[in-house]
Amino acid sequence: MRSARNRELIALVPVALLLSAGFAAVFAQEETRLGDLSLVYGAYFLAVCFAAHVYLRLRLPNADPYLFPLVALLTAFGLVMVYRIDPDLARDQANWFVLGLVLFALTIHFLRDYDVLERYRYTIAGAGLLLLLAPRLPGIGQQVNGAYLGVKVGPLAFQPAEFSKICIVIFLASYLREHREVLIVGARRVLGVTLPPLKHLGPLLVVWGASMFMLVFIRDLGSSLMFFAAFLALLYVATARFSFVVIGMGMFSLGAWFFASTVPHVHDRIQTWLDPYQDPTDSGYQILQSIFAQADGGLFGKGFGQALITIPGTDAPLLPAAQTDTIYSLIVNEVGLFGACAVVLTYLLFAARGFKIALLADDGFSKLLATGLTAVFAIQAFVIIGGVTRVIPLTGVTLPFVSYGGSSIVANFVLLALLLLISDRARREAAAAARTGGLAVESA
Amino acid sequence: MNRQIVKLFGLIVVLFAVLVGFTSYWSVFDAEALKEKTANKRPLLEQQQIERGKILAADGTTIARSVAKGEGEGLRYVRRYPEGALYGHPIGYSFVQEGDSEFERSHDDELIGEESEFVSLLDELRGQTQEGNDVVTNLDPEGQRAALSGLEAAGFGAVVAIEPSTGRVRVMASNPPYDPNRVPSELNELNRNLTERPLYDRATQGQYPPGSTFKVVTAAAGLGSGTIDLESTIEAPATIDVQGQPLANSDGASYGAIPLEAALTGSVNTWFAQLGEQVGSDTLFEYMDRFGFGSTPAIDLPDDQVYRSGVFEGRDLLGRGDPVDVARIAIGQERLAVTALQMAQVAAAVANGGTLMKPQIWNRVVDPDGRVTERLDPAVYSEPMEEETAAALTDAMEGVVSEGTGTNAAISGVSVAGKTGTAETPFNESCGETDANQAWFIGFAPADDPQVAIAVTVECTPSFGGEIAAPIFREVAEALLNDE
Repeated sequence: MRSARNRELIALVPVALLLSAGFAAVFAQEETRLGDLSLVYGAYFLAVCFAAHVYLRLRLPNADPYLFPLVALLTAFGLVMVYRIDPDLARDQANWFVLGLVLFALTIHFLRDYDVLERYRYTIAGAGLLLLLAPRLPGIGQQVNGAYLGVKVGPLAFQPAEFSKICIVIFLASYLREHREVLIVGARRVLGVTLPPLKHLGPLLVVWGASMFMLVFIRDLGSSLMFFAAFLALLYVATARFSFVVIGMGMFSLGAWFFASTVPHVHDRIQTWLDPYQDPTDSGYQILQSIFAQADGGLFGKGFGQALITIPGTDAPLLPAAQTDTIYSLIVNEVGLFGACAVVLTYLLFAARGFKIALLADDGFSKLLATGLTAVFAIQAFVIIGGVTRVIPLTGVTLPFVSYGGSSIVANFVLLALLLLISDRARREAAAAARTGGLAVESA
Repeated sequence: MNRQIVKLFGLIVVLFAVLVGFTSYWSVFDAEALKEKTANKRPLLEQQQIERGKILAADGTTIARSVAKGEGEGLRYVRRYPEGALYGHPIGYSFVQEGDSEFERSHDDELIGEESEFVSLLDELRGQTQEGNDVVTNLDPEGQRAALSGLEAAGFGAVVAIEPSTGRVRVMASNPPYDPNRVPSELNELNRNLTERPLYDRATQGQYPPGSTFKVVTAAAGLGSGTIDLESTIEAPATIDVQGQPLANSDGASYGAIPLEAALTGSVNTWFAQLGEQVGSDTLFEYMDRFGFGSTPAIDLPDDQVYRSGVFEGRDLLGRGDPVDVARIAIGQERLAVTALQMAQVAAAVANGGTLMKPQIWNRVVDPDGRVTERLDPAVYSEPMEEETAAALTDAMEGVVSEGTGTNAAISGVSVAGKTGTAETPFNESCGETDANQAWFIGFAPADDPQVAIAVTVECTPSFGGEIAAPIFREVAEALLNDE
């Protein structure tokens, strides 16, 4: 299985080229403002990627060869974009990237036998919910743009929802692995609709409750949507009952509708989504500027470093939250529809590889865990890209690996580590089976 | 579970396709509409970062240029007009908050160096930033100055001078003028000034009754359609009855049976009214169309800032088949309303042997390296009449200046062809009761080798065209001919 790692190494070459070209372009564009440090950044980044590759070679030789290069591509792209907005932010981002890789390595080191997660599933679920609650706790909670997303302990600030999503997925995968059969077998038809048995539904209702809770108390619409969608995806894969998904969506819509009509914050977000021109200078400003920035990009974009982010001569933002929420709009502006399609395609390829791991995995827990992690990752990308393109209301989640933000980077590297762990085991077993049973095994 | 995983992936593919769909919609399909939104300041802010090219007069005088403000990320350019009010019309203005107008708007793409997306992609790859081009106009500073000072002495009005053989617009002046430098601070005041209306370009937007200058068009239709020739005579009494209303000669005289030349020299209303009836409204409209009436002039100004000329019923243009009083149209009355630009085109067509060239203000585009990237290629707009017809009209129009109503236009040592016009505008409330004339002069010089064709109009004046408009023609023509 050396060939898998060789493919990974080869796949890292275009990443290196893109990164160098990107930094060089930004550097050439803003020579007066930026030092030649930009090129040093590129070299560092590649060295770190190479180190991670060597580590994977040693520890997970069989793991999927494409996931890491895809993530490196997204991170490189994100670094170039963030660097182009503010070199100081890019330095932070680079540090988090390194920290993310450390956690990535630690996860791989300590969770080689990731079945252990199943044993602690209620602890993990509890931790996940506690993390969600944390921003509302007095003393450490922080309010950002009307939403309670952040936690600050001493100098350390982070967004717990990013970690919470992994905890919840682990719990759901484990719980559904054990209960999927009773959920299927115990289901009864009531009035022509297949309903899951109430007895085993409790924990699932807890997830629904948690989503609603996020919607109202943390005011984090995006995470709420993301969690619930991931939950429905897992429920569907585990039970093969589409009716459960319909019921779940019904429950979510009902809850969302109720809160949209009673909680002003949620109501405003939806109004802004439906008609941003109502208040173009205030509530509609971000989404309108996001779309205007895209309109300005056209097919090929204006080039790296060309977009206006603030109103010239002032510090007033022309594209608010360009380094986080609206980074996708900035991408469309600078590299055009083609560049943006490449980004979307990269996420799609990530999803394809993730689901492939789920297909190859042998046991139920691995399958469900890989599915859940991939789904929550893909849905997160959808929620924020959909938000800035006005497909759905704009909510503040990060674009995984691309947006500026330490929690997001670090948490998503843990997610990646888990996927690679599952992949390594699945492919190792498949290869072993092929050797003993002479079965044909896909090479990729 | 595998089947469900594959289906789930299918769903993700669909969702991502929706993202690509929406992104394409905003960035490509709806992009133009989004750029027009008033809430969208991005295009203007970006334009402000490009050094807009200069606009120059024919002799190289700078009419408009950009000056840098701020530096680094805050760098932006602001427009300055060193010549002030002299070229306020037709150059217009261009500012981020106030928008743009006239020549600044119609030549925006050249001035900001706008290129096709493909070319700009190549530039991007070569590391070139967008730069504006300079646009050199045909405007002549001496002629422009003569026109404005002449108008300032005479009253509100307009002057347009065209080089007949090429269509180059050498003078375009509107009085009262405005200084485009004042637009950022005083746009509202300029807009609210309803007595002077300084932002209104009287050369291209002022629609006035043409009076007797229109007889040139009627004569062209008569000769061109074969209704008359140079020898044909028409009996011209002091008064005739047209549609139950008397139509009289302005001097009250009876002329007997006279040919075209005598009729034009004396500007005999009863003669031309009968010619109009003989030609018929359909043929007259056909000739008007050939001269450009009824269409937006093919000049390089924004279409919505150049008005059409013709017979109007309210805001609608009348044409063939519509019930009109052709006898009164033939002498420039009825519901005829024309611009100075249109009448200058009439004079230019006669001057150029019957061929009307497209009038153009720009002459060439010069890129930032000083290379001429585009040059005006004179183009024929139409051929309203045969060369002989034009020659015959020229002879007749020479008579107007040498011995008729237009003697004030005569230039010593140069033969001038022209036609005066004085329309009564009793319904124009902005004029006083005693100042109810619209005075005109159209003509060209030298008559045997025309270099300039000029239309002059003065609104709300007590004077006749020959008294007040003809001298301005002379001053402008002299300025332009001396500059040759």
